[in-house]
Amino acid sequence: MPPIERWPGLAVAAPRLTWNLQRDLHQLLQYPFMRHAFAAGAVAAVMCGAIGWFAVLRGETYAAHTLATVAFPGASGAAYLGLAPLVGYFAFAVAGAGLIAWLSPPGRVPRERHSATVGAVQAMALALGFWFVTLYRGFLSSLSGFLFGSFLGVTTDDVLVLAATAAVALGLLALLGRPLFFASVDPRVAEAAGVPVRAVSLLYLLLLGGAVAEASQFTGVLLVLALLVVPAATASTLTARPAAGLGLSLALAVGTAWAGLAAAYFTNRPAGFWITSVGFAGYVLARGASAARARQGRRGGRSAVA
Amino acid sequence: MTALLVPGWAGPLSQDFFRQAFAAGTAAGVAAGLVGSFLVLRNQVFAGDALGHVAFTGGLAALAFGFGARTGVFSATVAVAVLLAVLGGRARLDDVVTGVVFTWLLGLGVLFLSVFTSARATGNGAGAVRVLFGSIFGIDAATAGQTAWIAAAVVAVMLFIGRPLLFASIDPRVAEARGVPVRVLNVVFLAAAGVMVAQLVQVVGALLLLGLITTPAATAQRLTGRPWRGMAASVAIAVATVWAGLWLSYLRPSLPPSTSIIATGFAGWLAVEATARRRVDRGHRPATGEERPFTGDPGRGASARASDPG
Repeated sequence: MPPIERWPGLAVAAPRLTWNLQRDLHQLLQYPFMRHAFAAGAVAAVMCGAIGWFAVLRGETYAAHTLATVAFPGASGAAYLGLAPLVGYFAFAVAGAGLIAWLSPPGRVPRERHSATVGAVQAMALALGFWFVTLYRGFLSSLSGFLFGSFLGVTTDDVLVLAATAAVALGLLALLGRPLFFASVDPRVAEAAGVPVRAVSLLYLLLLGGAVAEASQFTGVLLVLALLVVPAATASTLTARPAAGLGLSLALAVGTAWAGLAAAYFTNRPAGFWITSVGFAGYVLARGASAARARQGRRGGRSAVA
Repeated sequence: MTALLVPGWAGPLSQDFFRQAFAAGTAAGVAAGLVGSFLVLRNQVFAGDALGHVAFTGGLAALAFGFGARTGVFSATVAVAVLLAVLGGRARLDDVVTGVVFTWLLGLGVLFLSVFTSARATGNGAGAVRVLFGSIFGIDAATAGQTAWIAAAVVAVMLFIGRPLLFASIDPRVAEARGVPVRVLNVVFLAAAGVMVAQLVQVVGALLLLGLITTPAATAQRLTGRPWRGMAASVAIAVATVWAGLWLSYLRPSLPPSTSIIATGFAGWLAVEATARRRVDRGHRPATGEERPFTGDPGRGASARASDPG
């Protein structure tokens, strides 16, 4: 992975943003690496937008972050054992999801114990990763790309693997969707109605772990929440209806990824910075809009009473 | 001569680097065990974790703008702690808000990293590793003393606000109705946590910090149902795992101290968890189930809850 700031092609012609939209798009897409970045960004965003919406609904934001950081022992362990990093990513993501689900069965433990469990699992995973790093020193050189992502060295094969993973993940999510939604909104009623709540939660955590492991190769381990949680949080602020929220979350995730990549290209600053900033700006605007709407609604309600 | 006076297991204490690590680690364990049990109780573990990463952004921002990294780390963590407390709304902080703010701040950190490294044109791998993982065996006497003072100050603040904070953590609505300043307490608590995080991240690293705020508190919750006893247990477990881990790493130098401390704590937690589950399976479980807070100890649950004011 090349360092974030060294964009190939920039030495040839520095891109300049103009008022001519067609020209801008042509500049943006003239290099294969940017076309690949846009494709990878879109696929990762669709996968994360859908799975992340459920993470926000279930209050599993911290678990999402933890399953992303679990990639650290995955990558360093794979490097130590001489395996492909992807193998380590998936192995540790699946193990982490299983451990969290086993140690903190859903609906049966108080929330605070759940987050303590998640944090303790994360600490242990990072401690293992650190140990692997000290055993195998070569991993350190690409740490920045690992933590903060790199959309640059994306090859056609990477996009294909990502697309295949996303297709599988979204297919599973579609199958799991209804019971998962039921179990997320009201686990007790769902259990009484015969939904296998524990199995559904375990499957969801596994799905989350797999999706995060795949997406974090592009977004970086620490910034995967920018596509996973931020768009979903914005969508949940704007609408309470599930279908609309899910659709909005997807659209916002793709929009955030593309806007961030384009801004990074024209400003020559890291894509991770722009993607997170675009997402955060959207969230702040949505919070402001919903607060204003609430105030207006209250005023309207009062005048109706009067 | 000294070799005759110290028993074999205390041998490492005759070495300066180990004594300093021991002192700083003990102070870190006391402060993190106490703050961590409140973070767990208030469901703000993610916020504590996020503050550790924010320290990274703060340090890099200070370096990018030419300040000392220390100033940057302290101001960033305290400022973000206060921001999270205010954004979090009435009484508690939502993990979603933490996640959104935390992601953006890390994005800013990436920007500062790119500014800083393109100005210096050096590799950033080793530096980032030090920020994230720290090195408890590499601290000097002055840093150890400073850590002890900061830990003592944080513990003093926690003891001062402990009672109302516990009330506000367990039932914010009732506490507010009784006149407890719930929001102010939230801000003060997170600011104190921010100060602790800022110091510990620089001394022991974000990794060990996370291990010390989560695992001991999670273990203690399983051991006892009473909040004050749980906090004492959390502090004791944190300090004990620090000691055990340091000693283990001294004996096996290929194990980094952060790893052995966290692994010790994690193993202890798993053992406690497994024991508690076996007892539940054997039928010691109270009829109410596990969903209420503070029913970690199935054997003594109800009477302990009734007699404890918290």
